[in-house]
Amino acid sequence: MTDQIIVDVRGAHYSVGGREIFSGLSIQAIKGQITAVMGPSGTGKTTLLRLMTAQIYADRGEVLVFGENLGDLNSRQTFALRRRMGMLFQNSALLSDMDVFENVAFPLREHTNLTEPLIRNLVLTKLNAVGLRGAAELMPEELSGGMARRVALARAVVMDPELLIYDEPFVGLDPIALGVILRLIQQLNRALGITSIIVSHDVHELATIADRTYLMAAGTIVASGTPKDLADSDLPIVRQFMSGAPDGPSPFHYPAPDLISQFLNGVGP
Amino acid sequence: MTTAVAQDGLVLRSVARIGRIAIFFARMLMQCGPVLARPELVIKQIYNAGGRSLVIIMLSGLFTGMVLALLGFTLLQRFGSEEALGFAAALALLKELGPVLTALLFAGRAGTALTSEIGLMRATDQLTAMQMMAVDPLRYVVAPRFLGGLISMPLLTGVYDVVGLFGAHTVGVRMMGVDNGSFWSQMQSSVDLHDVYEGMAKSLVFGFICSLIAVYEGYHAEPTAEGVGLATTRTVVASSVLILLLDYMLTAAFL
Repeated sequence: MTDQIIVDVRGAHYSVGGREIFSGLSIQAIKGQITAVMGPSGTGKTTLLRLMTAQIYADRGEVLVFGENLGDLNSRQTFALRRRMGMLFQNSALLSDMDVFENVAFPLREHTNLTEPLIRNLVLTKLNAVGLRGAAELMPEELSGGMARRVALARAVVMDPELLIYDEPFVGLDPIALGVILRLIQQLNRALGITSIIVSHDVHELATIADRTYLMAAGTIVASGTPKDLADSDLPIVRQFMSGAPDGPSPFHYPAPDLISQFLNGVGP
Repeated sequence: MTTAVAQDGLVLRSVARIGRIAIFFARMLMQCGPVLARPELVIKQIYNAGGRSLVIIMLSGLFTGMVLALLGFTLLQRFGSEEALGFAAALALLKELGPVLTALLFAGRAGTALTSEIGLMRATDQLTAMQMMAVDPLRYVVAPRFLGGLISMPLLTGVYDVVGLFGAHTVGVRMMGVDNGSFWSQMQSSVDLHDVYEGMAKSLVFGFICSLIAVYEGYHAEPTAEGVGLATTRTVVASSVLILLLDYMLTAAFL
């Protein structure tokens, strides 16, 4: 079973400027599955991805990826590990001085000695898979948000990674583009057996594709299970999140002074 | 007491900053070897930093040479030695005005472009994306730009000097009537190769400082619009002050 766990976050604690982001957070991503991490905005979902990709390190606890403790790796070993994973950024993060073709070819040129015809075929194959073979010569600024996300997806899979991490892949997409991305994620997972971790707060989209879902709140995991388990949960925080209720265990208001004292007595700004 | 503590804080911050820049430079230096094995990356940055600065450098060089000839002629005429104009203009351009003004223009034109480009790459997650693709941005983004700036500066200084001399010749010989033969012969007999080396040495030092500050500030810019703007301002201010300070020190060292 151990070799089936691709990502294993064990009791991670992480603070920034005295503010605790994670307090003993634990998550596992199983090989070949789509793992969804959901939670209200500001709960540290993107920070969790940065923890899993060794961009930051836990203050306490362990983060194991492919069985390697990220805290024990030097930069060369970290880079070697990252070659086995791909990441889709929320803002696509395409390299602005390269066209679509060169963006997708970039990892191949940096890490392989493949011939130019082979690189061309591989890049066009990946672009064809995301439906953008015809956009190969466009520059990133000429792409719509959905197209840029698809190019970034093609780039993320061009090295055939074992683990693919998606940071808010559905944000800002129209229903058609959203459906396309959703289908691509599912296809990549089913056809290539890629282990996927998706961080998002789009409950309904994730429910259709996720094998296992974690709900984050207040720096830890408050519920986990299949999307159906979460939908049937009686926990107030889960019910609030799944139904989209504005107030509840996850408060609508950011902590503030008492309303009357602030308005009438001039407390605060 | 408070002033002393504040001064200590300022000194400590300055020393810490110099230390950070030194560590950044050492890390970047380790990536310069692999980058030199891929000259296309550096050539592209020589074009960006140097090629794209050519027009402003040539225009500035031309006008500086012309002003130099006008003032020089007026001054030398009082002593009846206008034929020394070529020598005076060449010496001023090669040793002082060429390297210093080229470096100041380079900091304003190419330095700011380098800082804002790298800063925006940071703000739009492009540098993080590279790291996630197991590509070190220091090798792919920073080192080629540093080397491009370093190589461009002496080349631009050479262009500035030549165009400046052309400007001085145009005003001195064609407009003020200085003898053409005297203009060149005075220059040839009085300007030493050592003077050319001095100018080139200065331009290399300025190229190193301007490029290092530009890439450092861009790489460490806050990933916001304001952060990139502030980093760009810091590049111009720090580069300009250091150019003038180092110019004094180098001039004194070469005396």
